[in-house]
Amino acid sequence: MEQVTGVAAPMPQHNVDTDIIMPKRFLRTITREGLADGVFADLRFKEDGSEKPDFVLNQPSWRGASVLVVGDNFGCGSSREHAVWGLRQLGVEAIIGTGYAGIFFDNARKNGLALAILEASQRDELLAKINANPGAQVSVDVVAKMITIGDWKVAFQMDKATRQALLDDRDDTLDTLKLLAEIQTYESALPDNSCVKIIK
Amino acid sequence: MARTLYDKLLDTHKICDLPDGDILVYVDFHIMNEYTSPQAFSGLGSKGLSVRQPEAHLAIVDHVNSTQIDEAPDPVSKLLIDNLEANCEKHQIACYGLKDPRQGIEHVVVPEQGIVAPGMLIACGDSHTTTYGALGALGFGIGTSEVEHVLATQTLRYQKLKNMRINVAGQLSAGITAKDIIMHVIRKVGAGAANGYAVEFAGQVIEQLDMAGRMTVCNMAVELGARAALIAADQKTLSAMEGKAHSGRCAFDKEIWQTDIQAVFDREVYIDCKDIEPLVTWGISPDQAVAIGEKLPVLEQMVTDKQQSDFTRAMEYMGLAPGQSIVNVPIDMAFIGSCTNSRIDDLRAAAEVLRGKRVASGVVATVIPGSASTKVQAELEGIDQVFIDAGFDWRPQSGCSMCLAMNDDIAENRERIASSTNRNFEGRQGRGARTHLMSPAMVAAAAVAGKIVDVRLFTQA
Repeated sequence: MEQVTGVAAPMPQHNVDTDIIMPKRFLRTITREGLADGVFADLRFKEDGSEKPDFVLNQPSWRGASVLVVGDNFGCGSSREHAVWGLRQLGVEAIIGTGYAGIFFDNARKNGLALAILEASQRDELLAKINANPGAQVSVDVVAKMITIGDWKVAFQMDKATRQALLDDRDDTLDTLKLLAEIQTYESALPDNSCVKIIK
Repeated sequence: MARTLYDKLLDTHKICDLPDGDILVYVDFHIMNEYTSPQAFSGLGSKGLSVRQPEAHLAIVDHVNSTQIDEAPDPVSKLLIDNLEANCEKHQIACYGLKDPRQGIEHVVVPEQGIVAPGMLIACGDSHTTTYGALGALGFGIGTSEVEHVLATQTLRYQKLKNMRINVAGQLSAGITAKDIIMHVIRKVGAGAANGYAVEFAGQVIEQLDMAGRMTVCNMAVELGARAALIAADQKTLSAMEGKAHSGRCAFDKEIWQTDIQAVFDREVYIDCKDIEPLVTWGISPDQAVAIGEKLPVLEQMVTDKQQSDFTRAMEYMGLAPGQSIVNVPIDMAFIGSCTNSRIDDLRAAAEVLRGKRVASGVVATVIPGSASTKVQAELEGIDQVFIDAGFDWRPQSGCSMCLAMNDDIAENRERIASSTNRNFEGRQGRGARTHLMSPAMVAAAAVAGKIVDVRLFTQA
């Protein structure tokens, strides 16, 4: 993916954890599919399954947003990759925040979800803009590392490896297996019997 | 060049540099559970790949199983458990299922079986894999795509973290536990403050902790955002490994698994634990905590608009008022368990409080030993009877249970729980459920009082 352009929804709460992004009742599955309904389920839906009208993604301006502008420490907590799978299935392609929990960050990169990093003041300015213009389109350009809304632009941070992974859309497992010779060299240099062998 | 403990662990496991700036690291050991691994095995299948080193993996059933029976309680749990066992059978991987005497919560079982040794690199599809840092090993949580990667290659693509050291000093008062120490650290440093860092815990307080306490500290470091937590290996570490089934081995046993004196950290934090009191969380993030003698914060203490809105939201969710006391808040449930606090040492501490006392009427109290072996040990010591006599439900089967409520232990809307677990997130223990994190001894005291109280009133009476 090179660029995402779409409606950006404000989710300014800090410490939004993966339990909130994907509640545990949706984790009882052996596939990656069918997780869109689980995303923010406790915030989006009442217990009877009807929508909570106040929740940002249920409001007409922001329904179907493909970009989220979020608070600090987004994606903290559990390692569940289901959170990222669900966000992607719901149509979220990029998130703009100040920092993310490490496992969520890696999971996002593996699934083509772009996580852009801004300074807190820049993020707050962007939040103010999307709140002032509900439903405004925001573009996140991974190639140029630039966020654009109207005629306002701001450069975001993204490390080299993450940016490359998003642009390449590669399969890491198959890519690493091309390095089998290096892995074998490392293994053969280990002393004999040096690793734990599990007792079945 | 002087190196930190983290630097040394990475140096010894680095296979090669990758073109994009990451490094390829070797994974000495990998642990799986039934809910974050199924899609990894499917990935192997669809790509026609096999498991590279089957003896370097272990699967344990712990997240979805009931702790009341030794079989799957419902069809979906059965699907997840059967799927894990079938995948392990197919790929020749060891699996500790519900009837195995070694089954239990993965991060309790793995050190108990002697699998961890200083100098190892250990990955697992669970965020609390930071626990193994207590033994001088680099343990960290990974997602399911990375589980597939490590199964197929025995490696991970890895982005090097920055180094942070949290120095913990001060003479502890009587009755203060490892849980109070890490909760105090999280409160001071902040949830997410260690994102992008590997955190080494050091200082007199950490050195004096026993291994169970060190595991509690490293376990909850992930709530700071630390991808890895570490404590230097010492004589206690080596003694803790003696007599275990696996006698954990490391390829680099000549290394000294400590930070060099001259090593420089990207960030140093100093925490004073002198005179700290038992801690209790009041909100929906682990850093929203107070000491038992304190009042809850008030809105005016929150600086920015966003902090104020987060604060108000947390108070509303928890059904508490700004400025009120945390003492005497009535509870509905008491829960002792989880990879943070369900080891034999934790059960002993809670039983000490409960001996000769009764759980208050109206409080549902549950204790889940961290593993089948922990349960056997507790029964040998008569601890099970102390819990049972006090009115606790002593569960026959181990597992994560109501720490994350993926099984049949789910709290109801607005139920308030005194919990020895690690996360007080909104909805974590049940939709609308209100979690107060605290030490196992504090949970026991709350169970008896029917409300949040200072455990020291019980133990020092």
